[in-house]
This record gives sequence, C-alpha cells and structure tokens, in this order.
Amino acid sequence: MVVFKREDDIFTSGHTACAGCGAALAIRTIMRAIGKDCIVVNTTSCSEIFSVCFPRSAWKVPYIHVTFENGASVASGVSRALKAQGNDHTKVVVIAGDGGTADIGFGAVSGSWERNEDILYIMYNNGAYENTGIQRSSQTPQYAWSTTSQIGEEVRGKQEPIKPMVKIAAAHGIPYAASASTGYLIDLENKVKKALNIKGSRFIDVLSPCVPGWKYDPQLTVELAKLAVETGLWKLNEIENGDINNEKITVQPSFKPVEEYLKLQGRFKHLTPDEIKIIQARVNKDWGR
Amino acid sequence: MVKTLEGSHAIADMIVNCEADVLACYPITPSTHIAEKLQKYYADGKIPEYITVEQEFSAISALAGASATGARTFTTTSSQGVALMHEVLYAVAGMRLPIVMCVANRSLNSPLGIWCDHQDIIPERDSGWIILMCESNQEAVDTLPQAYKLAESLLLPVMVCIDGFYLTHAVEQIDVPSKEIVQKFLPKFKPEFKLDTNNPITLGIYSTPQYLQDFREDLANDVDNAREPIKKTEEEFSKIINRNYGNGLIENYKCDDAERIIIAMSSFCGNVKEAIDELRDKGEKVGLLRIKSYRPFPYKDVQEILKNKKHVGVFDRATTLGGHPPLYTDVLAAIYDSDQKVPISSFIGGLGGKDVTVETAKNIFEDLKENKIKRKFV
Repeated sequence: MVVFKREDDIFTSGHTACAGCGAALAIRTIMRAIGKDCIVVNTTSCSEIFSVCFPRSAWKVPYIHVTFENGASVASGVSRALKAQGNDHTKVVVIAGDGGTADIGFGAVSGSWERNEDILYIMYNNGAYENTGIQRSSQTPQYAWSTTSQIGEEVRGKQEPIKPMVKIAAAHGIPYAASASTGYLIDLENKVKKALNIKGSRFIDVLSPCVPGWKYDPQLTVELAKLAVETGLWKLNEIENGDINNEKITVQPSFKPVEEYLKLQGRFKHLTPDEIKIIQARVNKDWGR
Repeated sequence: MVKTLEGSHAIADMIVNCEADVLACYPITPSTHIAEKLQKYYADGKIPEYITVEQEFSAISALAGASATGARTFTTTSSQGVALMHEVLYAVAGMRLPIVMCVANRSLNSPLGIWCDHQDIIPERDSGWIILMCESNQEAVDTLPQAYKLAESLLLPVMVCIDGFYLTHAVEQIDVPSKEIVQKFLPKFKPEFKLDTNNPITLGIYSTPQYLQDFREDLANDVDNAREPIKKTEEEFSKIINRNYGNGLIENYKCDDAERIIIAMSSFCGNVKEAIDELRDKGEKVGLLRIKSYRPFPYKDVQEILKNKKHVGVFDRATTLGGHPPLYTDVLAAIYDSDQKVPISSFIGGLGGKDVTVETAKNIFEDLKENKIKRKFV
C-alpha cells in the first residue's frame, strides 16, 4: 500500500467544498494517482466553484475551465496543441460533473470519444446538479427526490433510471471505460493508473456522494459510497476496447439489501416498501440473481 | 503571387502561411470551402493539427484549449454556427485567448436561409472580440496576418468577416502574400502565460462581485485601446505588401468634399463606390465611409468625416428588432458625442442575400437629397 503525504497533494486543501464532499475526496485521490505531469480541464461545477474562486486556486498543476458543457472539447484542443508541440508525455485530464458530462456536455463528450482523443475523462458522479441546488440529472437514481423531481401525489421523484454512461462510453469503442466509487479508493487509484498508461479516450465514472444533495450525515460519505457497491446498486467495472460483452467486475458486491443504502439518505426518505422492492428487484435482475 | 482562385481557398492558403498550429472546424455554408481546403492542407501535412469537431460549440471550445496551451489557432463558421459558439465567444475574450476566426457572414434562422447578411455577428458585437469587416477577398487575405498580430500582442480574439457567397465563392485574381512575407511581419506565437507543467497557472477562474467588474473593466479598456494598434498594424503590413485599406479602422472614399455620404460595411461597399464614381461624373458630391473595424467602433473617425455633411445614410445589413439597427445606432452615438448636427437616415437591406446593387446605392443617395430623416428597408 502506498502512503501519501500531504505535500504529495496536487489538489490541495484550503478549497471550499462542503465537509464530507465526495467529489473533493475523489479528485484528491485521482490527482495523487496522476501526478504533476498533467493539464487539468475542469467544467463549471461544484469542483470549479470550490477550487478556483479568485484569487485562490487549489491546483498545483496547469488548470483551465471555460464553460459547463465543453470539457471534452477544450481537452481535445489542449491534447492536440501538446501533440503539435511534440509533447507526448503530459496527460490531459478532464474533471467534470455528471450534468456537464452526461447531459449538457454529452455531444462534446461523444464527439471526443468518436475521435478517440487522447484524454482521461473523469466524471465525478453525485447524481444531480448539486452546484445549482440539487436539480435532477440523467444520473439521478430512479425515485430520488431532487428540486426538479419532486414528490407529489401524481409523481414521486425521478421516474427514469440512470443513463448508463460506462456502457455508452464503451459502445464508442474507446480503449478504456470504468466505474469507480469513493468508497473504494484503492480500486479508484488502480483504475486511474491503468488508464494513464493507455493512449486514446479513457472514461471513469466515479460515484461521489453529496452531503446536501443526498441529505445524509457528513461522516457517512465513505460508508454510503461503499454501501452503493455492496448492495449492487453501483457496479465497479471495467470495459476495454469497446468489448461490452466482456465487462470485468473489479469488486464483487455482497448484496446487502438496498434498503440499507437508501434509508441513510433524505433524498429517498419518501420511498414506500413497494418502491424499495422495485429497486431491489431491478438490482437482482441487473446481477442475474 | 497573383493567382486566380476562389476566395475561400485564398483564405485557407493564408492560414497555412500564417503557420496556424491547431484548427477545429465544423462545416457550415457558406464558410465550408475554407474548412474543406484546410482539411486538404492538413492531409498534406501543411497544418499540424485539425480537429473535426461534432459542432461549432466544440470548435471554438477546442481552440480555447489549444490557444491556452500556446498554439496558434483558427476556425471558420457562419450564421447558426456563430450563434452556437455564442457562449464560448464571450468566455474566450474574457480569458484573453488570442484566437482568430473567419466568419462568412450569413443570415440567422428564421426563415432559414443560406445567403449573406450581417445578422450572425450582431449578437457577438459586445463579446470582446475585435471584429474586422472586409470588403474583398484580397482585403480578407491581407487582414488575416494582421488579425494574428493584433490578437497575440493584445491578447484579444479577432474575427475577420467576409460576406458569405459574394466573397467566399467568388473566383478572382488574388495575391496571397507568401509565408516568407508573412514571417517578416508576424512573429512566432510565444505567449507569456500558457498551460505549462513547468509553470502551472489557473485559467478561467470563478469570481465574486468583489473582483468581477474589475476584470470586465480591464477588458473593456483593452478593446477600446485596440484602435491605435489596429491602425499601426494596417500601416505596417501595407508597407510590406504595397496595398492598403484605409487606416485600418475605416476607409474614406471620396468623403472629403462630399455633401451626402453612405456609411456601410463589407462587400456592398464595392457597389457604393461604383455608384459614387457614376454620380460624381454627373457632378454629385457623394462619398462612402466604410467601417472596417466594427469593434472597436471608430467613433472619432466617424465624427471627423461627418463634419459639415448635409445628409448621411447608414446602411445596415442586419436589424435590431424593436430598436434602431446596429450600425445606425453606433453612428448616432458617434454624432451625439460631437458638437455637430447632421441628419442621419437609416437604410436596412440585403437581408438573407437580397441583392443590393449599384442601383440600390444610387437610390439611397437620391433619398439623401431630401433633408428629411428616413428610416426604411430597401
């Protein structure tokens, strides 16, 4: 096991993320694994707001943010400029939220995958537009409350399941697509390091709990990120070279009841026993149980 | 060397001669031939990197990344493509990225049309880009190296605009200054700040109210202060190529003794000049004030030239719905700011490729014989 020292941090303390922020934990871990020979492209998101509020910056590597929906395109430009300069070692890394990736930025992301741009794209997935006050995204889990998937007599939370980004990424035929969780930092680190040594488009979807969005006790961030995996709700996987029939599971779930994960979060507190059964049935089906 | 070639191809040739490093283009009529020709040059190894993006929003975004990494960049677009870039155009100006773009001007939907007017760049007027409006392909070719020089020395993005189809698809004799000539004028792009692992910087920050206005004020001052460099750059390059286009900000065509003047931009000015020559043969004192630098706007030059004129007609190839048209508004502002009183009429025409001919210009001069202020579509 590698022990990191604080001075190894590339994403440094002093940023303004909430206590217990899953995204900040994910980014710190990812950046430690990547090291200093990289350029970070960030999109408008919590991570942008809490890390680069002028005149401070939490980044010890070159950093650029332009807009919400163009991380993959900006990174394409950075990557090609490095290539034009004959630089074949500096890594180009996108750090983006799920809204900026799977929703508003999806066209740009898909375009970069189709071109197989030499980019490591990290989507820290907190399952909503948390930065703007917890609005639903395509990554919000089914039945979850958000400020735009409200609980009422007619409609109870978000109706649709999560858009499967790892599968979609893999279907583009890119060399590496994986899912990780802030509950399994070594698995995350291993995936980042593996991705770093691959040329072309690489995508990692990192489950990153959000205290105000998911409404839970801040000390439970890692616990929740673990439970999501243990219950089978969040799959830790890898798909290489677009071989979607050859998905590798990196951590086997113990299949704890989904209720153990759901009951700790305010965004699911309205769920009826029947709704929990539906979610459990879907997990069982997903895993062929 | 003078060659007979299509305007779009001359532009592409000049981008090669300017030694652009990273291009990102998405095809849209009528700018497409520029993008296609440059792709061929990429295939031939004359352009180091060309990103075939999936939309214009990504084209300008990719250039933001490339420019910030220290590359000389270029893209071209038109119409809805400019509109799709809108958000990023403002962002890259604020980030002080010296991107150069050629806009082949075209109308904005709806109705959908593919032909020329200037509506596409009007929403970008306030973006912080320097906007240079060219009358001819020769002028556009000669303006591009200047655009890079201005962009890279002032850290401001520059748009070089040509009228869609009228110029992009015109096959004519054009002298594209060689790489050697351009190199004499345009130094290598060596930005003081760039994304560099040896000297990490943070670009594209988030700002609280405490600082944001200061950033905007700096940008506003720098765009305002670009007028002198634009003039100087035009003067410098014109000495090398033995061609000039006014003072870089405006062109004064027979205005000095004129009583009636048309103010206009881009290719229609050719027809206005033709009309002026014909009318002057009949003894009419008419002239053209061509606006080359739409942003920054040459208020002082306009004030100077309009001194003691009898009637001025501003020709807009765009509208501001619910308000006075854009160029007209700028001219009114220039004159209000001076101690002169001159009647200024507004003529809107050429929308969506409607023909504006020598006859159109003559009719406007005829309208200007009356002392009454007019505001009309022609």
